[in-house]
Amino acid sequence: MPVLEIEELKKAFVPPGGTAPVPVVDIGSFSLEAGEQVALSGSSGSGKTTLLHLVAGILAADSGRVRVAGSDMTSLGEAGRDRLRAESIGYIFQTFNLLQGYSCLENVLLGMSFGPGADVAHARSLLGRVGLADRLDYLPRQLSTGQQQRVAVARAVANRPRLVLADEPTGNLDPSNARQALELIRGICTENNAALLLVSHDPAVLASFQRVVSLSELNRAARKEVAP
Amino acid sequence: MTLALLVRRSLRQHLLSTVVTALSLAMAGGLLMSVWVVRKQARETFTGQTGAWDAVLGARGAKLQLVLNALFHLEASAGNVEFSDFEAIATNRAVALAVPIAVGDNYLGYRIVGTRTNLFTEAEASPGRRFVVGKGGRLFEDGYREAVVGSFVAARIGLKVGDTFKPYHGLSFNPKEQHEDEYLVTGILEPSNTPADRVIWIPLEGLQNMTGHAAATATDVSAVLVKLRSPIAGQQLDLLYNKQGNRLTFAWPLGAVLSQLFDKMGWFDKVLELVAYLVVLVAAGSVLASIYNSMSARRRDIAILRALGARRSTVFSAIVLEAAAIAGFGMVGALGFHIAFLSVAAGVIRSQTGVVLSVWSWDPILVAAPLGLVLLGALAGVVPALKAYRSPVAENLVPES
Ligand SMILES: Nc1ncnc2c1ncn2[C@@H]1O[C@H](COP(=O)(O)OP(=O)(O)O)[C@@H](O)[C@H]1O
Ligand SMILES: [Mg+2]
Repeated sequence: MPVLEIEELKKAFVPPGGTAPVPVVDIGSFSLEAGEQVALSGSSGSGKTTLLHLVAGILAADSGRVRVAGSDMTSLGEAGRDRLRAESIGYIFQTFNLLQGYSCLENVLLGMSFGPGADVAHARSLLGRVGLADRLDYLPRQLSTGQQQRVAVARAVANRPRLVLADEPTGNLDPSNARQALELIRGICTENNAALLLVSHDPAVLASFQRVVSLSELNRAARKEVAP
Repeated sequence: MTLALLVRRSLRQHLLSTVVTALSLAMAGGLLMSVWVVRKQARETFTGQTGAWDAVLGARGAKLQLVLNALFHLEASAGNVEFSDFEAIATNRAVALAVPIAVGDNYLGYRIVGTRTNLFTEAEASPGRRFVVGKGGRLFEDGYREAVVGSFVAARIGLKVGDTFKPYHGLSFNPKEQHEDEYLVTGILEPSNTPADRVIWIPLEGLQNMTGHAAATATDVSAVLVKLRSPIAGQQLDLLYNKQGNRLTFAWPLGAVLSQLFDKMGWFDKVLELVAYLVVLVAAGSVLASIYNSMSARRRDIAILRALGARRSTVFSAIVLEAAAIAGFGMVGALGFHIAFLSVAAGVIRSQTGVVLSVWSWDPILVAAPLGLVLLGALAGVVPALKAYRSPVAENLVPES
């Protein structure tokens, strides 16, 4: 059974000052098998972030289906989407989005608190895995950007998710850190048996994936916009 | 457990506003509790302060003024009672004990009250407690220029057994109006926690015959303290003096007369209470404002927590709990402020009236007010919590730059 299935997913936004909704996401069908790793390519504004928000249930779709680990995200209420996200999805952001007032360990613990529950030993071992065993009590601002993204990666897999979403995870890193982070994300997803859906417009990142899907082809809304 | 972590971190991240808000709640709670306790205790102690007496006989006038003057040594005497009137009530079969008092002099601003020794030997200071003269002293002898000093006065101006002093004329101190008569201090009263502590007692004749006092009224007394044989006797005397007679006033029952005092102070009471409630409201508003103002700074954290799977209800609860926690810290301080406010109020009331309030006594308000304020704090937290509850996740995940 696929970990992620998308059918006829539509989302439109009313632009500021406008009245008519402008379609941003319009995807006929897409799926991701358990443990599979796929990169979505797309230029800026092609709806990558919006798509991930829809998949994560952070945004409600206008119509269509998103099934995550067998549950239909689009038919759930907000609390149900929160629970499904807490239990089955890990999220990695371009800007890391670490909680600034919390230590590395606490950030990772909060990654599991809302799903399976806090497990300090597991959090420690994950931080060890990303090479931060000696930084447990550091605050995010006391870390380099590369280290911050490693904390975010550990946090994303802390709830043992079936699906990890990564939104341009290397966009804020220098090339060497970017390469390391990408290897780490892919490795850790493999180890945790999580499928990975990574979006990026960076050719170097895309090149390392076996399956790369172009959003300008997949997303009919993006296609329309990009068309000359 | 996660909620506790979220609340703790948030309190720490906004430490300054946490402390300031908690302090304002502490003062509000302290004020509320002390206003309440002072009011309640003042009423209880004032009305319980009438000692062993049932009534006061005095010149025709307001009963409250008569009682304040004769029992609390406050305000001026409304007029005099002829000695024959004293003798009449003293020998009335309905009366168990009648003791005359005379006022009109002071020493350094402390009232001198003339009376007879049976005020100390036959009457009680307060129900079940007798007056006690401190070690090394004795009561004055009727007819002698001797004085027994109330404990509060003795402590204030340092009078001790064997000292002598010359009284001043009038109820307030005027250095130009000193009498020639010299009085010997024969005893200091042990603290009785009654208005008796605030005056200097001398024999009745001493006050009546003080050099310079008018000879014509030398046998008059200011008032007569009366202990009745039975409650029915009060009704008889009320009829005799107040309804049939028109020269004198018989203040009875004392509790009812004194409650007039609190009725008169009712507006002051109400204003004070209103002020306390307003202060509490303002403090609750400050909880609301301080959290609400920090909402824009918290928005991103909230969105991140939501992205990690936190429910709206979790975010809501965390903020309500945070507000309650701020109020909770405030309430620890409030108990301190309460003790401080009450000590000041008790000191003022004691020096002005001799009535002693107990600062450390237990009152249910000490639990009810803190609980109420914690609830109010939590309620104030609902407003920003609702804002957090409604705040969209996707938009706030984008870094503000
Ligand atoms: N809340 C919103 N309101 C209106 N338009 C939006 C909103 N969010 C995104 N968009 C628009 O949707 C399009 C896709 O945005 P996004 O998914 O962030 O693109 P990408 O991540 O591929 O760069 C953009 O044109 C953006 O302006
Ligand atoms: Mg984007």
